[in-house]
Amino acid sequence: MSELNKLTISDARDGLRKGDFTARDLTDACLAAAAGSEKLNAFSAHTPDRAVEMADAADARLKAGDAPDMCGIPLGIKDLFSTEGVQTQAASRILDGFRPPYESTVTSQLWRDGAVMLGKLNMDEFAMGSSNETSTYGPAVNPWKRKGDDAALTPGGSSGGSAAAVAGDLCLAATGTDTGGSIRQPAAFTGIVGVKPTYGRCSRWGIVAFASSLDQAGPMTKTVRDSAIMLKSMVGHDAKDSTSANLPVPDFEAALTGDIRGKTIGIPKEYRMDGMPQEIEDLWSRGAEMLKDAGAKLVDVSLPHTKYALPAYYVIAPAEASSNLARYDGVKYGHRAKLAPGDGITEMYEKTRAEGFGDEVKRRVMIGAYVLSSGFYDAYYLRAQKVRTLIRQDFEKVFADGVDSILTPATPSAAFGIGEMADADPIKMYLNDVFTVTVNLAGLPGVSVPAGLDADGLPLGLQLIGRPWEEGDMLNTAYALETAIGFSSKPEKWW
Amino acid sequence: MTELAYTEPKPKTIAGAKSDWELVIGMEVHAQVSSNSKLFSGASTAFGAEPNTNVSLVDAAMPGMLPVINDFCVEQAVRTGLGIKAGINLYSRFDRKNYFYPDLPQGYQISQLYHPIVGEGEVLVDMEPGIARKVRIERIHLEQDAGKSVHDMDPEMSFVDLNRTGVALMEIVSRPDIRGPEEAAEYVRKLRQILRYLGTCDGNMQEGSLRADVNVSVCAPGAYEKYRETGDFGHLGTRCEIKNMNSMRFIQQAIDFEARRQIAILEDGGSVDQETRLYDPNKGETRSMRSKEEAHDYRYFPCPDLLPLQLEQAWVDAIRDGLPELPDEKKARLVTDYGITEYDASVLCARRAHADFYEEVASGRDGKQAANWVINELFGRLNKQGLEIEETPVSAAQLGTIIDLIGKGDISGKIAKDLFEIVWSEGGDPAEIVEARGMKQVTDTGAIDAAVAQVIADNPDKAEQAREKPSMAGWFVGQVMKATGGKANPKAVNEAVRRKLGL
Amino acid sequence: MSIDKETARKVAHLARIAVAEEDLEPLAGELSAILGFMDELNEVDIDGVEPMTSVTPMALYRRPDEVTDGDIQDKVLANAPDTREGFFAVPKVVE
Repeated sequence: MSELNKLTISDARDGLRKGDFTARDLTDACLAAAAGSEKLNAFSAHTPDRAVEMADAADARLKAGDAPDMCGIPLGIKDLFSTEGVQTQAASRILDGFRPPYESTVTSQLWRDGAVMLGKLNMDEFAMGSSNETSTYGPAVNPWKRKGDDAALTPGGSSGGSAAAVAGDLCLAATGTDTGGSIRQPAAFTGIVGVKPTYGRCSRWGIVAFASSLDQAGPMTKTVRDSAIMLKSMVGHDAKDSTSANLPVPDFEAALTGDIRGKTIGIPKEYRMDGMPQEIEDLWSRGAEMLKDAGAKLVDVSLPHTKYALPAYYVIAPAEASSNLARYDGVKYGHRAKLAPGDGITEMYEKTRAEGFGDEVKRRVMIGAYVLSSGFYDAYYLRAQKVRTLIRQDFEKVFADGVDSILTPATPSAAFGIGEMADADPIKMYLNDVFTVTVNLAGLPGVSVPAGLDADGLPLGLQLIGRPWEEGDMLNTAYALETAIGFSSKPEKWW
Repeated sequence: MTELAYTEPKPKTIAGAKSDWELVIGMEVHAQVSSNSKLFSGASTAFGAEPNTNVSLVDAAMPGMLPVINDFCVEQAVRTGLGIKAGINLYSRFDRKNYFYPDLPQGYQISQLYHPIVGEGEVLVDMEPGIARKVRIERIHLEQDAGKSVHDMDPEMSFVDLNRTGVALMEIVSRPDIRGPEEAAEYVRKLRQILRYLGTCDGNMQEGSLRADVNVSVCAPGAYEKYRETGDFGHLGTRCEIKNMNSMRFIQQAIDFEARRQIAILEDGGSVDQETRLYDPNKGETRSMRSKEEAHDYRYFPCPDLLPLQLEQAWVDAIRDGLPELPDEKKARLVTDYGITEYDASVLCARRAHADFYEEVASGRDGKQAANWVINELFGRLNKQGLEIEETPVSAAQLGTIIDLIGKGDISGKIAKDLFEIVWSEGGDPAEIVEARGMKQVTDTGAIDAAVAQVIADNPDKAEQAREKPSMAGWFVGQVMKATGGKANPKAVNEAVRRKLGL
Repeated sequence: MSIDKETARKVAHLARIAVAEEDLEPLAGELSAILGFMDELNEVDIDGVEPMTSVTPMALYRRPDEVTDGDIQDKVLANAPDTREGFFAVPKVVE
């Protein structure tokens, strides 16, 4: 059986049930693709033995009859998810050698449903970055290249390894996490679908924390349908996470009727940023027209505080991170610096954290410490949280006016070259999140859908933002958009 | 509710080399909630376990672990608040207090800075009958305890045990209303008494269930009153915080030392640095804690892993309805209902079980007599044996029967004490013991007369002397009592002796 | 708001991250640039606006007081760089 790794989840699900192939066949194909993908640097750890074992167990369940949809589906797991006994480092040196004695809730639910773990996936260190370049494992590489240009491009970040692995058909799908756009931006950069659910949908238990009030796990898949299938397995109430929502789990796939007649789609004028490339502008208009053609009503909406989302985010996320990352101190796990004679506990902390954290993480931890410090808390943190309230109110107003989903570009550009931003100041990199970050601040669901190729032949994505807890409706609109666009391009295999 | 009248005690004054100084003390008492499991994890709170065994992955701050609050701990904080007549905040929130320390694995303590669960209340600190200090409570908040660092097992290393990490503490913060070392100790004692009445904290100071940080400053006489009038702390001196005190005796010693240290500095023209200090009981002195001084910037912010804690008024009301009678009310009621002294009532109210025992004994009997028996005989005896009231071999019913036997005239007070001893060591129904062992008092005048006549007949010279010197009659009474095995009614014997001797 | 070298030193220490003397000046520059970007927030009228404190408007779940965890000393210590006799071992702490 050839190229089973290129299947979608839904096709694999059907093939497994028809007996066209086994979960073992599927897993073997993915393991082979993963093994031959070194140049993409998408994996941080391979777990072939475990994969085979899980695949065989999945085959037994499939044979027995009532296997869940995810049964036998080979997945890659972002390194931010704790996986029992398997290297989990959040792509940081400070977690060198860490093997958690526990499994994250999200991954344990995927295994409960019979999914197969191929290994762990590369990412930006502690999910801080938009290009995967902050990883201790080195950058993951985008399977896509510019036409006639051999330069290695970033798959985006922070879930860059996940995006590269899915786009490169190293797995059928992958988990990602999204704090400011870390699922949607890499999905857009690699021509795949990425969903950030409503805050509280997925349990955060066992996911290495970056910014607790913003972090959400979500699926990264080849199609909207696949996201719907995988999302159902990932979500659900978890009493171990106080911020997890105690709501029933909808059948997201059942919502995918493709019928969006009568739906109202908002087009926010504030997302028309100065200097936005014409290609993106055109893509956005085309997407809107397609939704209109499918029977939706387009309305211009205003989200007046949009421009403050990025600065508010870069106060709140580092503040939470500075506290969340205080536990990496060389005492309980991970890296501890070699000490000089006479060094005390303070030197151990300072040297361990200086060696263990990369530059971007250090920068954010320090910024976070500063904005929370005495005398600055009100001016930065408290103010940012108030602005956050205003940003959420912007959305509430729009939804109260009858808008079902909001359509925006996913990113301000296509994938850029690895190293291209090396000399730019950090803020230029932060601007990658400009269209995605509002969604995290407001706790809303968002999805990035591949919408076309730019002049260089690189994928571009459009983002749909849904009402809280209405992932099903949002995904249905995304499905209608996907169907209308008919995006089917694949990167040429060069690795 | 009855309230006993009281006056305030005088503040402690220390005479410096140049002038007199007064003490101003505020306290932060950390009371461990008497829960089975920790505030945010399901690990046990049991004392004395092997290192790092009462530790969950949450307590060890493993990556991705999250806190889930213990309902019982919330309830106990509310109970404690109601017990000190404090306002309960239906909306409270948890904040992170960030600092690095090896026994703080998360790198932050989850506490409540901005919105504590309990607001302002008060504690009446009894000094002696009729004298008490009302100490205002600023707030109570819930927070996590830290772990324990052991520094003396290795010359180069410190060892960290996380068993205590995450245990629920109620931090009870007083206003600076305590005015002397004795008051400070009494304040802790009273707080402990209330906590034990409520059952919210076991109050065991040795095991660290109750610890106090003591803020001490000194000021010139009159300055404190200005502070109370204006609320301006500027009238008070600079304070030092003595950390982690877990003995009433050390609290007093530490305050005394610290006050004198500050006075010496001030009289020398210097100024007191606001700092954290540690009391060394071996040297009897406080010293600066450098490690805590370094970075005091705790960067508090709302813990994003938790939602606000919102309580229903009805739930709080139900807790209020279920509160036991507390020491102050109980004491006032015992004084009123049983006619006992405030002093005796204080002794009886020290523990709820003591007062309950007393009330069972006193019910339907003379309150004062019951108090004498319970305090002097029973408590005295329990103390001697190192027993708690729960372990008493003499039950309230048994003690009541003994008192009844005295009242009926069946036994004398002296025999009653013997009877108490028998019941203490052998048990049994006191009335039956009296009957079976012939301990009943002899009131039959015929028998007494005969016994008196016999003693007089046996001692003619003594009888002669007694007729001349009536005070000798006592000797005859004693002889008769001896002859009757102490069972004769002493009053009847006395009368018979006087009659027969013709006095 | 701009950060000078001394503030950078203080912040680095607050975050317990060793920064070499010669790196403090550039660090101060970087942090200042980021803070400058945040200063845009000062344009927003936040009068009477409540800060956002919970993303999901739900009641906080309160668990029953039961011992359901612990007795996993091996798991707790398994990843530690240095342990002795059941304790985590760290360089001497001076109180």
